[in-house]
Order: sequence, then C-alpha cells, then structure tokens
Amino acid sequence: MISFEHVSKTYPNGVKGLADINLTIGDGEFVSIIGLSGAGKSTLLRSINRLIDITEGEILVNGVSVTKAGKKQLREIRRHIGMISQSFNLVKRSTVQKNVLSGRLGYYSTWKSLLGLFTKEDYERTREALENVGLLDKLHSRSDELSGGQQQRVSIARTLVQQADLILADEPVASLDPITSRKILSDLQKINQTMGKTVLVNIHSVELAKAFSTRIIAMKSGAIVFDGTPEELTGEALKAIYGKNILEEEEEAPDEA
Amino acid sequence: MKLKDTIHFNWYKNLFVVFLLLVCAGGSAALTGADFSEVFENAGQIGIFMGRLAHPDFSYIPDILNPMLKTLQMSVVGTVLGVLFAIPFAFLATTVVTRNRVVTGVIRFLLDVIRTIPNLLLAALLVAVIGIGEATGVLTIAVFTFGMVSQLIYEAIETIDEGPIEAAESVGANKVQIAAWSIAPQILAQIASYTFYALEVNVRASTVLGYVGAGGIGVMLNSSLALLKYERVSVIILTILIVVAIVDALSEMIRRRLA
Repeated sequence: MISFEHVSKTYPNGVKGLADINLTIGDGEFVSIIGLSGAGKSTLLRSINRLIDITEGEILVNGVSVTKAGKKQLREIRRHIGMISQSFNLVKRSTVQKNVLSGRLGYYSTWKSLLGLFTKEDYERTREALENVGLLDKLHSRSDELSGGQQQRVSIARTLVQQADLILADEPVASLDPITSRKILSDLQKINQTMGKTVLVNIHSVELAKAFSTRIIAMKSGAIVFDGTPEELTGEALKAIYGKNILEEEEEAPDEA
Repeated sequence: MKLKDTIHFNWYKNLFVVFLLLVCAGGSAALTGADFSEVFENAGQIGIFMGRLAHPDFSYIPDILNPMLKTLQMSVVGTVLGVLFAIPFAFLATTVVTRNRVVTGVIRFLLDVIRTIPNLLLAALLVAVIGIGEATGVLTIAVFTFGMVSQLIYEAIETIDEGPIEAAESVGANKVQIAAWSIAPQILAQIASYTFYALEVNVRASTVLGYVGAGGIGVMLNSSLALLKYERVSVIILTILIVVAIVDALSEMIRRRLA
C-alpha cells in the first residue's frame, strides 16, 4: 500500500510539482495517471521511490516512511519497487542477461556484485522472468540489438527479477507504436492480475488508460483533479482535465522532470 | 553591390587581426633575438651534418636493439600503470558518479596540476629524486599517462546515457554498484581505445626520455650526438621511426576494431 500525506514538491526554480497530495493506493491496483505534460505525473511517480525528494508531507510504502528513510533503509525499500521508463534505461552495450540480473543488485553486497558472484537462484529467476516476457531466446544478445518493444520487455523482466511488489511505469509506451504499446500494457496487466503486483502507470493515451486500468487518476498543476474508475471518466470529466485551459497550461508547464 | 552586403563585410576586422598577429610574431622575434640570416649563414654546417646523417652505420644496429626494446617495455608498463590509476580517479572526477561538486572539484584540480607538468621536466625531477634508469622512465610515463587518460575517461563518462544509472538507483544499488554496472560497461571500449592511444604517444615520448637520464634509446641518442657520431645518430633515428610507425599502425588497427 502506498499513501501520500499532504505531499508537496516545489522545485528549486519555484515550480510546484506536487501541491498537497493526499492519496492512497491499495495492493493489487492497476492505476493509470493521466494529465498534460508538466502536470506533475512524473514527479508523483518518482517521489514514491525517492528519485525525487519531496519538500513537504510524507510518503509511506507498506507502512514504512520513504521520506524519513536513511540510506540503507531506502535501498531496502527500493528493492521492492520496480521502475520502467520511456527510455527503457538498459545498458545498451551489455547483454540482456546482465541487464535483467542487475535487478538483483540491491540484494548483493558491493564486492559480491563486483565479482559477479550471483546465486544459482538468481540466474534461474532471470531465465523465468525472460520466459515470462517471451524473450528467453535473447538471453545472451546485446541489448541494443533488440527492438524498442523488446527492450521495454527486458526492463519489465528486470522488475520481475527484482521481485518488486510495486511497479512504477513512467510513460512506458510513449516511444512505441500503438500495437507494441498494447502488448506492453497487457504484459503489465498480466503481471498485475496473475502475480498480484501493484502497477502505477503514467500515460498520455486516455484510451489505453481506460482499457487497462482499474483506477484512473488525473493531475493538473500538481494536484489531483480526478480519481475514479475508468467508467467514471466521462467526456465531461476529460474536459475538466484537458479542456479549455490547454493553452494556458502549456505556457506554465515546466519541462517533464 | 556594396562590400558590406557580401561575406567580406568584416574585412577591416580581419585585416586588424592579421596585423595583430604580425606584430606579435615580429615582437617575439625581436625579443628573443631570432635572426633568420643566421640560418642561411650556417647552411654549410647543415650540409656537413646532413651528409654524415645520410651514411648510416648499420653495423651499430645490434647495439641499439636492446635499448629500443627497453624503451618499448618502459612505455607498455608505464601506460598500463597510468591507466590503472587513472580509472578510479576519472570516476571520482565526475559529478555523474560522486553527486558531489566539492569532491569532484578537488580531484579535478589535482588532475589539472599533474597534467600541467611537462613530460621532460617530470623526468628530470624524478631522475633527481629516484636516480638514473628505466624505473624512472616507467614512472614518468605512468604519471604522464595518468594525467592524460584520466581526463579522456572523465570526459567520456560525462557523455554516457544516464538512464541505466537511474535504473540501478531505483533497484537499490549503491554508488559503487552503479559505477560498475551502469557506467563502466558504457565506457570500457573507450578506455581500451584511450590506452592504445596513450601507448602511441608514450612510445614517441619515451625515446627522448633518455636525454635526461630516464633510460632507454634516448641515452644512446644523447651520447652519440655528444660524441658527434652522426652515422650512429642516423641509425638510431631510423630505428625509432620504424618502431614508432609499427606501434602506431598496430594500435590504430586495434582501436578501429574497438570502436
């Protein structure tokens, strides 16, 4: 479970990323976060594993404060939070196997990981994860030989190996074609439904958000302006999110952090 | 058409720059007492020198093979040592790795200082401290390589894709793990390439290190010149040329494969 308690984030340049967010996300939900660029979607997602430090309030993951965690504690929390991003974030020159295995880094001491002393179980987990996303035959391929969709599936496999019970996906399909996008989202849906993992997705496509998620949250200027089921996201609600103020919003919008 | 509408609209500025350059060159020549007429007056001397150089004494070759080999060995050992030390410092010299401007600033300042010491001066200093011999040559090359390669590596680190760093950070990896897993694989090929580049530079540079007593072929070159044995000087220079050419060609071949 994730809970935001009066969370605000003001960037050093004065831009408000998050404005007094109160939010609870239960285990096993598939939540899509929609909104214009610069509305605070990325900030919201990245504050959960503290890639971004919030300026006010507190975030709890499974009852443990992320905000107050020390260095070591933060590493332990991060182990259980997988992350997928628009740019896949794979080491392109490394093999698929190495990239997936790197999901286990948080479980190893520095010297063991430097020497590459990974356990048999972790090699087995890597195979299983790749099998899950249908890429077992690419085990020893260099990551830059793969297509965009395949690379994104490798990064999904990395979160599986990590045994994360929460997956944060920051625009996972923004750089992919519509068909591949659907495949990636249904992979995430499968993981959500069969393994019970909580999934949070930032997404631009309202259509995809409605098709795959159990809950939709819309953001505008750092605040939550809609929170409900896909059915409740009517045309009227969409107008309030994207509607007449699009131009104004874009002028104020800071670059996606 | 007026001149100010053409690409030459700035002609008076360009003319002024040329004028400034001429003043600088003339002024420097006057200050240092450089006189081209001397070059022509001593043309006869040049002729004699060139004449004797044109008759290399090939029987001297067996005597210089060993020093030449030593020079190569000095370069290889020095280069490897220099690169090995350069890697960790290069990592610390980027905020990508340290996330700390102070640490990075201090390390960069140290590297800058080391880089400013000219090669021969460094050799002369080390000869004074350690003494004459190949070990001094190796150390000189190592320090020189360290300064040069560390800068090349940290500049390479600054251009990497930072996505994998974020990925490693988000799975709970610490800084050393991030350096080893997210950064190192992206720059390994470049490090190897820089190592061979440094070796090329070092083989060339190491041939003169003997001049100040740092061992190798330079010692022979120095003594042959001092004894006016130009037939030998000629053979030494030829040998150096050939060896440097071979090393350059090999290294370039390897570097092209790495890219």
